[in-house]
Amino acid sequence: MITVTDLRKVYRQGKKEVVALDGVTLSVPKGSIHGIIGHSGAGKSTLVRCLTLLDRPTSGSVSIDGTELSSVKDSEIRTARRRIGMVFQHANLMDSRTAAGNVAHPLELVKTPKDQAQAKVAGLLKLVGLEGFENAYPSQLSGGQRQRVGIARALASDPDVLLCDEPTSALDPATTDEILDLIQDLTTRLQLTVLIITHEMNVVKRVCDSVSLLFKGRIIEHGALQDVAGDLESKLARALLPLPPSESLHGSLEDGPVLEILFAGDSAKEPVITGVARHFDIDLNVLAGSVETLGGQQFGHLRVQLDRNADFEAVLDYLHARGISAKRATSDAPAPESPVQYLATGEKK
Amino acid sequence: MNEIFGNPVLAKALPEAIVETLQMVGISAFFTVLIGLPLGVFLHVTAPGGLRPMPVTNRVMSDVIVNITRSIPFAILMVALIPLARLLTGTSLGPVAASVSLSIGTIPFFARLGETCLRDVHIGKIDAAQVMGSTTMQVINKVMLRESLPALVAAATTTVVTLVGYSAMAGLVGGGGLGKLAYNYGFQRFDVTVMVVTIVLIIVLVQIIQLLGEWIARSLDHR
Repeated sequence: MITVTDLRKVYRQGKKEVVALDGVTLSVPKGSIHGIIGHSGAGKSTLVRCLTLLDRPTSGSVSIDGTELSSVKDSEIRTARRRIGMVFQHANLMDSRTAAGNVAHPLELVKTPKDQAQAKVAGLLKLVGLEGFENAYPSQLSGGQRQRVGIARALASDPDVLLCDEPTSALDPATTDEILDLIQDLTTRLQLTVLIITHEMNVVKRVCDSVSLLFKGRIIEHGALQDVAGDLESKLARALLPLPPSESLHGSLEDGPVLEILFAGDSAKEPVITGVARHFDIDLNVLAGSVETLGGQQFGHLRVQLDRNADFEAVLDYLHARGISAKRATSDAPAPESPVQYLATGEKK
Repeated sequence: MNEIFGNPVLAKALPEAIVETLQMVGISAFFTVLIGLPLGVFLHVTAPGGLRPMPVTNRVMSDVIVNITRSIPFAILMVALIPLARLLTGTSLGPVAASVSLSIGTIPFFARLGETCLRDVHIGKIDAAQVMGSTTMQVINKVMLRESLPALVAAATTTVVTLVGYSAMAGLVGGGGLGKLAYNYGFQRFDVTVMVVTIVLIIVLVQIIQLLGEWIARSLDHR
């Protein structure tokens, strides 16, 4: 379990103060994966550097299973760091070391006996699916294989927390899925606490149990994936279940009111649209839609235009009564500084 | 051919000159790397934003180095350092004495090259090593030096080639070697054969050093 409390980091740039982290609070239970999403400049890198103690936070605390990390003395900083395994965007392997040599690196630092280290390295490489690649140099491995070596290396010091900084941003879609599956598998198998920092919504959709949206150094939304996805007002829901821009607000039923509907879980299985049509005896036109399975639960996000004669409020009440969130669609062109505008939402091309 | 083998100067003085040149280059190359490399590491690590920033010391060291390498022509530095050579080796003549000024001339040069090599080690690797819990020394030894080894070997090769050139100059002020041979006989006595042979030998020597260095650097490089 990792707990971050009111973490602040202020940099001095000449006489100006730059607030990179403005009170970040989050906690991730053991055995679960938490995604921190935000576009560049949101403070992701600073957060990573504070969590790994590469930078000291200005105030606030980071603790793992109740042990305070952020206030340890400089002499204990190295022991503290070993509780966090880190996976980097570009793996950051040593080119002069083989796969096995790279995984053995953290073990050498604490003078692990050779035979013990060797056995451990072999085990770790097997765990990440790289048996037989012991003697390959990073240049001989593919991007996905390099990232696997990076993950094995991160696990070599038996950390409690695995911190992944954009672990898949340099990989192709198929490899991304493989690496995410591996991280998910290791999380349950080793009972790790995993933090994934990313700008890709796809990563969050695929593996995260919970998610935080980081914007201008603050977490402006957070919660379990199902909760944020099921909230029509949440910015994350808009990014998780994106709809095309609302130029398409005008369908064939000219002038009819446009409705935005978000259904989750069991209600996703009910025939909502036909239900409305039959109950009110009106025509409906689906303008846009997005359906996803998130955290094992189905979600649908629709933009629907009603007959111009339909009783808008009655339809809303009908939907709300069935536990479906719905509201009048607004022209939802995102503001220029929208926290989710630049997030990669869909599959990578 | 007969001109070369029949030349009395070459027959008598050439072997000794070759040995002296190799001595000068060998000894000064050894000390240049021995002192220049730690100096390069120090310059890199104490630079602003480095592992152990020490801005003032770094500034002073950098200035000293720049002044030795850029401001003072090597010919002058060498003559100026003769008293130091006498102090350290007991003599101001011969290849060992010449190695003192040769080393002092090339140490800053190699330190600068080394610093550049270390700077080229990707910052992500340093971060990775620190996050694993490396000490500063472990980062320097296991990451910086190890990862930049091919580049460092290439830098050392360049330095040794430079040393060959400097050693010829050192020959003129008492160091001996091929430089002295070319000057005394080839230049002063208009012995064209001696001149040509020395030039060819120096070219061959530089080629061997260059090829050897490249080969070692390549075999160390796994990128």
